[in-house]
Amino acid sequence: MSVATQEATPAAARPAKKKSKPGLERRPGLNRWLPYLLLAPAVLAELLIHIIPMIVGIWMSFVKLTKFFIANWSAAPAAGLGNYKIALDFDNAVGEGLLKSFGVTVVFSLVTVALSWVLGMAAAVALQPPFKGRAMLRTLFLVPYALPAYAGILTWNFMLQRDTGAVNHVLEQLHLSDGTTFWLIGGNALVSLIAVATWKLWTFAFLTLMAGLQSIPGDLYEAASVDGAGNLRQWRNITLPSLRPVNLVLVLVLFLWTFSDFNTPYVLFGTAQPPAGDLITFHIYNASFLTWNFGTGAAMSVLLLIFLMIVTGIYLLVTGRRSRRA
Amino acid sequence: MRETQGFKIYRGVVLIVLGLFVTIPLYVMITSSLKPLKDVQGAFTWWPSNLTIAPFIDMWKTVPLARYFVNSTIVAVAATAFSVVLAILAAFAVSRFKFRGRTVFTTTVLSTQMFPGVLFLLPLFLIFVNINNGLGVQLVGTRLGLIITYLTFSLPFSIWMLAGYFDSIPRELDEAAMVDGCGPMGALWRVVLPAARPGVIAVAIYSFMTAWGEVLFASVMTTEANRTLSVGLRQYSTQTNIYWNQIMAAALVVSIPVVIGFLLAQRHFVAGVTAGAVK
Repeated sequence: MSVATQEATPAAARPAKKKSKPGLERRPGLNRWLPYLLLAPAVLAELLIHIIPMIVGIWMSFVKLTKFFIANWSAAPAAGLGNYKIALDFDNAVGEGLLKSFGVTVVFSLVTVALSWVLGMAAAVALQPPFKGRAMLRTLFLVPYALPAYAGILTWNFMLQRDTGAVNHVLEQLHLSDGTTFWLIGGNALVSLIAVATWKLWTFAFLTLMAGLQSIPGDLYEAASVDGAGNLRQWRNITLPSLRPVNLVLVLVLFLWTFSDFNTPYVLFGTAQPPAGDLITFHIYNASFLTWNFGTGAAMSVLLLIFLMIVTGIYLLVTGRRSRRA
Repeated sequence: MRETQGFKIYRGVVLIVLGLFVTIPLYVMITSSLKPLKDVQGAFTWWPSNLTIAPFIDMWKTVPLARYFVNSTIVAVAATAFSVVLAILAAFAVSRFKFRGRTVFTTTVLSTQMFPGVLFLLPLFLIFVNINNGLGVQLVGTRLGLIITYLTFSLPFSIWMLAGYFDSIPRELDEAAMVDGCGPMGALWRVVLPAARPGVIAVAIYSFMTAWGEVLFASVMTTEANRTLSVGLRQYSTQTNIYWNQIMAAALVVSIPVVIGFLLAQRHFVAGVTAGAVK
């Protein structure tokens, strides 16, 4: 998450120690090796499961890794940039599919992050002053976050069923529709995805913003009140600017999560995804495991990684510059 | 914020709307799990026509839920145990020692968490297949493969969170312990760990939740014998029937351990999760 914070805290918080102090410094030999020894298991595990597979993944994207070479994949013939050409050839079926899925994911991600932030902010502000039942509501709002993803999504799947679901029933009762809308196939699939993902994610925004609000000193608001600023102006002139660093991290994390969300489409649609709900990680998964075309799948994964890194880089650059100016 | 009339109306509206948004799916989940099959197969009703606990009994027979439960429990508990131990050691190093490569370590480990799972799913799958071919250790389709995989999922965040907890414990405490004859590991065990207990609990719950709820790797790395709940619950949809009442009952039962654990430790958990963004 916030890498910069993590680096800064331990080093800055701790003053350099004097030699006369007893403790770890007394054992120079041990002191030198112990930290590496302590880190070794964690590093080994990360290497094995994350770093090495990623390197292999990048290699995979340059070979013809079709189903004929799965059993003996290290012998797969080189493909050069072939897999990337296939993935990025938008006139062809594979490339066209990837481009469409990318578009769907951009819309899904932006709308979900925006909605989650707005709902989280609305609730965090509403729950700020103490009142009866505040602790209970706060706990209730945490439940969607605590629930295993598939349990929550399966419930939504049931609610979104055309003939037996709660959503169509409620819409019919409210005379908003005739209760025969398809939610899990066709164009509405994207709406369903956004609703379900927001249901699960807004809570995280709420948690983070709530913690952020508590760190704003109360006398700022008091001073503003004395000056005659109303709640809305206080929110605009005190709350929002004070939450700036929190928001920067929160929005980036939400974006990265939603953009690489797999659970929601997979549990909501099964493996037969409607085109309107074909999120990119799910698309890559299908492209790889349904057609056993791992080379192209790997190329798509690398393209996704490059995209996420570029977006993160630009985001950090732009927000970093702005917050320095502010 | 002043509690003006306007603010009270705003609060009322927000809490009712969001309260319903959160609660309705939970309500549907609970009431549908108490409905007979014909109820969930017909038009939706808010209340069961005949309140029944049959779905909670039948769900064990429709699919081998007990086996999935055992698989998920073994995988999640083992992954949590390993992850917590590794995180404690690494966090102790990051928090208490100055050494070359510390920044590189924290940055690399944290950034691996940002990468989408599909990115290393395919290669990991192939590596596991190769390990099986070369060394004869079966990882795809066994619990071991999942345990090793999941243990790393929560690790970066656990290290980061625990290092923060350890930092908040005065160094004088473990130094005093070392003056009294403890080694660094003794100081970790006797002083730092007990003082950081809420953090350790929070990290353990986070690791457990991660493993218990994982879907992507479970869908590729499991076969019938080692299937976990996240994939197993799909089996209630058969060609002829979808047992929605049993699905909801199973989803409810599966959720109870994590929700209770989460709510019990939520204060520490929330503090840890949000600390990074707020600092």
